[in-house]
Amino acid sequence: MSAVLPLDDAAHDPGFWVRLWRGKPLGVAGAAVLALFLVCGVLADVISPYGFNEIAPADRLQAPGVAHWFGTDNLGRDVLSRCLYGAQLSVIIGCSAALLATLISALVGIASGYFGGKVDLAVQRVVDAWMSFPDLVVLIVVVSVLGPGMPQIIGTLGLLLGIGGSRIVRSAVVSVREHMYVHAAQSIGAAAPRILWRHVLPNVLAPIIVLLTTRVGTVILAESSLSFLGLGVPPPTPTWGAMLSGSGRTYMFEGPWLALAPGLCLTAVVYATNVFGDALRDLLDPRMRGGR
Amino acid sequence: MRGYVIRRVLALLPTLLLASMIVFVTVRLIPGDVIDLMLSQNDVAADKRSREQLIAVLGLDVPMWQQYGRWVSAIVLHGDLGKSLWQGTPVAEQLLARLPVTFELGAIALVVGLLIALPIGIYSAVRQDTGGDYAARSFSILLLAVPSFWLGTMVVVFPSIWWGWSPPIEFTPFAESPGRNLQQMLLPGVVLGAALSAITMRLTRTMMLEVLRQDYIRTAWAKGLSERLVILRHALRNAMIPVVTLIGLQAPLLIGGAVIIEQIFVIPGMGLLLLEAVQQRDYPIITGVFLMVGVAVMLINLGVDLTYGLLDPKVRMR
Repeated sequence: MSAVLPLDDAAHDPGFWVRLWRGKPLGVAGAAVLALFLVCGVLADVISPYGFNEIAPADRLQAPGVAHWFGTDNLGRDVLSRCLYGAQLSVIIGCSAALLATLISALVGIASGYFGGKVDLAVQRVVDAWMSFPDLVVLIVVVSVLGPGMPQIIGTLGLLLGIGGSRIVRSAVVSVREHMYVHAAQSIGAAAPRILWRHVLPNVLAPIIVLLTTRVGTVILAESSLSFLGLGVPPPTPTWGAMLSGSGRTYMFEGPWLALAPGLCLTAVVYATNVFGDALRDLLDPRMRGGR
Repeated sequence: MRGYVIRRVLALLPTLLLASMIVFVTVRLIPGDVIDLMLSQNDVAADKRSREQLIAVLGLDVPMWQQYGRWVSAIVLHGDLGKSLWQGTPVAEQLLARLPVTFELGAIALVVGLLIALPIGIYSAVRQDTGGDYAARSFSILLLAVPSFWLGTMVVVFPSIWWGWSPPIEFTPFAESPGRNLQQMLLPGVVLGAALSAITMRLTRTMMLEVLRQDYIRTAWAKGLSERLVILRHALRNAMIPVVTLIGLQAPLLIGGAVIIEQIFVIPGMGLLLLEAVQQRDYPIITGVFLMVGVAVMLINLGVDLTYGLLDPKVRMR
């Protein structure tokens, strides 16, 4: 990029998706995996060969084959179907908790960063105290108090990750706050909400979008950890974490595919959100553009 | 230096106070019907408690501010975190018995994580944009994506299928037999450390790249120093400062991860204690672990800040 003004640059900008396609092949692959996973989750009811809780004792613990691509579990349930329904649950929890978390991060981060002073000091001390508790430990404690269930998990994860992520938004806001255009808006008497909405928010949107993307992976991983510990969405709803624990774990010696399929699904999705998030950050954050 | 330490410890107090409030309020969220549930479960316990007794044990029988004051002063004055609802043993005693185990697991994981992360991170930076760099970076994202509970399960399942080998289940304390203890703790430590190493590796690479472009590195090369000296003495030491901060930030991840690893490998640490307490709804233990973990994370971060001075003479501790 030569030393042209950003105004000129906009005319030559080939567009976000073209830049992604040309410059970040791994990011494109990540986006493709995520899209595939999203489609699987949304269409799980249509494309699953069997029901997620269709018990067939005669077919129990069958190795992967033509009838059951990913094999069957100890109750004869089709592992592929359960993985697809697991994707559905992960999509629901992943997207809603990540959205909630990002919203909280943006609200807290922008308020704390823009107003500064005592507000900032107070908010940051609370964030400090909050962040000294491991996410998983807080989740376990909250679920033990409120009982397992999807709304509790989404709410807690959203709040947890949201408060942690507010630091990232705050640091972006602190630097934007000092820019000339913000001072200009302040000096012509624009109200704070207008400045925040029209001038600050658009300029901190890049880190917020990256935060949203990577949070999806974090949420899915946290939810599956919770399910693995037996504290997630109650059975028979299939979740990837739960498929790896409980009675499934005792049968893993007879049917190692029981452990492989959900684990690989999880790894693939989290890997995809990470590489896609990295590519987004490189492209959206001007400071990261063209090298690092 | 001493003044700095004292000021830092004093600065911890408000955070500690807020953290204790978070723990306190969380337990106050217990809805009334949970007490009924506990009562019905308590039928099997040796001593039957009435609803009023149970409420008194949980400290729910006086106004909120009084409960908080009572709770905090018991901790500060007597180190008293209450008693387990089931065994009747003091919570503090149980915590102290479990703490060293989790601490050992965390320490092994930290060392393993650094042993994986530093060499690969340095290599990746020094050979930027080569095949090796791309492989190292993909590997680090992979480590980030593999759930540790899955990796842990695989490590237990596959060696036992292939070679009939499985990690020992019976826990041996370190003091009893260090050899057998390490044999048991090493594998869980490696699994936990692998997850941590990914982030450290990425930060090490970024910081090394930044430092390697500095003028003093060019000077070091120009003096004709060997690559080993330039990289290890001149670059690495300066690149390490943010990496050390990151280790502090990873403390919560380490403790959270330990909960899962302890469950898979049946290691009697704080994590397993927490899970057992959750199953039995033993609230005094839950709050005890919760508070202990928060305090541990704060102290680790304090320790990290104090080591700055050792690494970076520019950071003056006054």
